[in-house]
Amino acid sequence: MADQASGGQVPVVASLRDVRRLYRMGNNEVRALDGISVDFQRGEYWAIMGASGSGKSTLLNILGCIDRPTSGSYEVQGRKVSELDDDELSEVRGNHVGFVFQSFNLIPQLNLLENIMVPLFYQDHPPEDAEDRAVMLAKRMGLEDRLDHRPLQLSGGQQQRVAIARSLINDPAFILADEATGNLDSKTTEEILELFDELHREGKTILMVTHEPAVGDRAGQVMWLKDGKIDSIETNGKTP
Amino acid sequence: MIKGAIGRTVRLGIKSLMLHKLRSMLTTLGVLFGVSSVIAMLAIGEGGSVEAQEQIRRLGSQNVILRAIKPPEDLASNRSTRVVQYGLTESDLRRIETFPWAGRIVPVRQLQQEIRVGDRVLNPRVMGTTPDYIEVTGRIIAQGRFLSAQDEASAQNVCVIGYEIARYLFPFEDPINQDIKIGAEYYRVVGTLIPRVPLSNDPPKPGEDVTGEVLIPLNNANKWFGNMQVKIRSGSREMEEVELHEIIVEVEEPNIEEPKNVPRMAAACRDMLRRFHTQVDYEVVVPLELLLRAQETKRIFNIVLGSIAGISLLVGGIGIMNVMLATVLERTREIGIRRALGAKRRHIVVQFLVETVVLSVGGGVLGILLGLAIPFFVERFAKMQTVVTPGAPVLAFGISVAIGIIFGLYPAWRAANMDPVEALRYE
Ligand SMILES: Nc1ncnc2c1ncn2[C@@H]1O[C@H](COP(=O)(O)OP(=O)(O)OP(=O)(O)O)[C@@H](O)[C@H]1O
Ligand SMILES: [Mg+2]
Repeated sequence: MADQASGGQVPVVASLRDVRRLYRMGNNEVRALDGISVDFQRGEYWAIMGASGSGKSTLLNILGCIDRPTSGSYEVQGRKVSELDDDELSEVRGNHVGFVFQSFNLIPQLNLLENIMVPLFYQDHPPEDAEDRAVMLAKRMGLEDRLDHRPLQLSGGQQQRVAIARSLINDPAFILADEATGNLDSKTTEEILELFDELHREGKTILMVTHEPAVGDRAGQVMWLKDGKIDSIETNGKTP
Repeated sequence: MIKGAIGRTVRLGIKSLMLHKLRSMLTTLGVLFGVSSVIAMLAIGEGGSVEAQEQIRRLGSQNVILRAIKPPEDLASNRSTRVVQYGLTESDLRRIETFPWAGRIVPVRQLQQEIRVGDRVLNPRVMGTTPDYIEVTGRIIAQGRFLSAQDEASAQNVCVIGYEIARYLFPFEDPINQDIKIGAEYYRVVGTLIPRVPLSNDPPKPGEDVTGEVLIPLNNANKWFGNMQVKIRSGSREMEEVELHEIIVEVEEPNIEEPKNVPRMAAACRDMLRRFHTQVDYEVVVPLELLLRAQETKRIFNIVLGSIAGISLLVGGIGIMNVMLATVLERTREIGIRRALGAKRRHIVVQFLVETVVLSVGGGVLGILLGLAIPFFVERFAKMQTVVTPGAPVLAFGISVAIGIIFGLYPAWRAANMDPVEALRYE
């Protein structure tokens, strides 16, 4: 499988090998992730599902380089995460990862446009047309007349659209969404999921943690986690 | 782009501070008062010492002054009519002339005489002295000339009067070549002296004490008034016999910046007087010593002021640090978000450091304005001299930047070292 990944036609954006994440609580050891091996390929749309506490968020944090595996190897864009220092991890996040959170996580003192541009602030060579790109993304999210609004002046659905725009601004290798619709009503959830579908059709790679069975139907791959292990991987339309 | 990044960080800092306007304003107060007290105290301290040093320097830092003082009264002696003999003598003068470092030596004799012009009467200090007086003491002629060698040689009835006295006696006329009566003699005014202390613009009112002096040739004083002075005090007549009231000795100093001979001369004079006087009827005043002492006092004063200001700045800095620690905690989630979106540790450090520096510099700038206003009002209403050295506001500004950095480092470091996962989970 590893050979296929490196030699195959479909490039692997993220590759996990026997990844473990242990938490030590006194004498107890919590195995949040317990030997995960999986490849995520460009253009795929994954739903990551499982019971509460099964390790979904932990997996996403490691994929997003805000957390490191206790053991095992993780390669993102061909770089070994275990060999990167804190600054290099930040660079990977800023250049190759798009985050969408359950609680939107916009910065309250910045307006909509500034929020979308935050990831570019921290790049060593931010693009010249940063603002034009942010405006375009805001337009795409249907927020062009709200550019100078603060997050708290927006509805939940609008805030999540800003967050999605922000996750796209650095043209990431993949978008990580942890229960992105968890705080939204069913109508807004539907709209946001529509948006992700659209992004998927455009070729974006999406890894989404969710409790919504509906997402499983939309995604190409569904990974079920149980006690930090991969319980099963279903591929829609095809057999694994 | 780098410049843009700094501008943006500063703007962001201000925006974040504006989220809590009152808190930010209160936080700056510590630095504000610290900085303003630094400037105000420096200005007042500097003003006070400039005034003191100026007074001393006017006495002449190259001079040693010997003064006659009346020894404590002998109660056992006969109270009615007696002669008290004390003070400096011509022989003292002769002996000082033999000292190796002696330059010009100016004897002064003081007379107890009224002066009059028409019906105006004054009781100023009337002194007999020699022509060197003007240069050795550094006094300045306002009009006319000083006593000349010829006046002295021929014991002329001429006088030089203080500007205050001239203004009182001759309010509407040129005092030069007017005659005034000292005791029973008439003297021609040949010059006036600039006052020692700046005058107010109002002319003296009748009855007001007019300060200032009247100077006549020493030989003339000896000729008309002798050594004997009569004082009438509470019914008893008292006679004083004093040869000289003051001897001003100019000391030759090859290097005025590093005076070595003044202390030697002072020691020699003290030694000589101790040897030849049976009673302590003299004092030796060394302006240079006073000057050094005043400088030492000023140094200690500055250290004390500096410590007080330092403590208030320290308290201000701790206040800022306290608020920044609270801010960092409050914005844990923002820090997590920024880290997740690619911010490096140093980006977070810079963000919070800039915020702290904006706070402390804001307080500092307001403090400088207040600190400049205080000396102005002190001078205006307390009639004290103040001197704002140009370095003080610059120093104060530097201090407030330094406070922002020093007290901002720890909160910023705390912020930068948060675990991004934990920070994102923070409620
Ligand atoms: N900082 C931590 N310290 C100790 N244990 C932790 C920590 N973070 C996560 N865990 C444990 O790791 C396991 C996996 O947690 P994780 O947050 O990944 O679950 P999850 O699948 O996202 O659950 P949910 O659906 O409720 O979000 C849990 O048992 C949790 O208690
Ligand atoms: Mg979770």
